[in-house]
Amino acid sequence: MRIRHSTSASQEQVEMQVTPLIDVVFLLLIFFIMSFKIVVLEGDFDLRMPQASAAAAVPDTPLPPIKVRLLADDAGQLSAIMMGETRLPNFAALNQEVIALVGIDTGPGSLAELAEAEISGDANLKYHYVIDAISAVSGYVDPDTGKIIRLIERIRFPEPDEASAK
Amino acid sequence: MRLKQRATTDPPQADLMPMIDMTFLLIAFFMVLLNFTEAEQDERINLPRSQLAKPIEDRVETPITLQVTADGTILYGGRPYTLEAARKQLLNEAQYLRAIGDSPAEATVIVRADADVAFGRVQELMEVCQDNDFEQFRLRAESDTR
Repeated sequence: MRIRHSTSASQEQVEMQVTPLIDVVFLLLIFFIMSFKIVVLEGDFDLRMPQASAAAAVPDTPLPPIKVRLLADDAGQLSAIMMGETRLPNFAALNQEVIALVGIDTGPGSLAELAEAEISGDANLKYHYVIDAISAVSGYVDPDTGKIIRLIERIRFPEPDEASAK
Repeated sequence: MRLKQRATTDPPQADLMPMIDMTFLLIAFFMVLLNFTEAEQDERINLPRSQLAKPIEDRVETPITLQVTADGTILYGGRPYTLEAARKQLLNEAQYLRAIGDSPAEATVIVRADADVAFGRVQELMEVCQDNDFEQFRLRAESDTR
C-alpha cells in the first residue's frame, strides 16, 4: 500500500478527474435551458374600491366622476364607447377627451389628481377593452419623448346594478 | 527538435478549463434568469396588454393573487374555484387576516384576468372581494413597450 502510494506520487502528478464534473455541469446546464422561460414584464393598474356604503360616506372629491361606459355586441366585442352622454369613436378619442377635461398639468393638487373616473361595461364585454379604457383614462405616452404622462389616477368600477340603472 | 520529442511522448490533452469556465458562466446566467419568485405567472392566462401599466416595483404587503382564465374559471393558489367556492375561500382569508390582527382593507388583491374573459366575470369576482372587505385591487396587464 505504502509502496504503491509513494511510487504513484513520485511518478506522476495526481490528476483530478474532470469528466464527472463536466457531466454534472452539462446536466445542470440542460436543466436550466429547458426550464428557461422568457419573463414577460407585467404592470399594474391600482384601483381602490371600498364597499359602496363606505364610499358614499366619504365624498372626498369635489368633481363629479367622469363616467365611461363601454357597450358590447353579442360576441363581446366593443360596439360603443360612451363618455357621459357623448359617443366616442375609439380609445384615442377618449384619451383626447380626458386630456381636454383635466388638462395636462398633473402636479399635486391639479385637476387630474382630484378627478375620478368610473368605468363600467357590459357583462359580456371582453376584458381587454376595459384595460384599454383604463389605459386611455389613466394617461398617455408622449409621442416626442416617449414618456408616460399620467392623467387620472383614481379609477373605479361602479357597482353593476348602479351601472345598469343608468 | 526537443519540443517535438516531448509532444510525441505525452498524449495530447485538451485544455478543459476554458470550457468549464464557459459552462459555469452559462449556468449562472440561466439560474439568474429563472424566476422562482413569480411562481404566480400562469401560462393559461393571456394577460391584456397595455403601455400604461405601472411596473411592479414594490412588494405588496399582503398580496392575494386571483387569476381568471378565458373561460371564467377562477384560479387561486393554482387550484380552480367556482365563484361560490372563491367566496368561501376569500371569507376564510379575510377571517385569517383579522385573526392575525391585520385588516382585509390593507391587503391587495391582484387580479390577473385573461384578455378575453367576460368583464362581468371579473366584476363578480371583485364584488365578492368587496363583500369580504377587500378594497385594494391591482389589475395586472402585460407591459407593452412598443
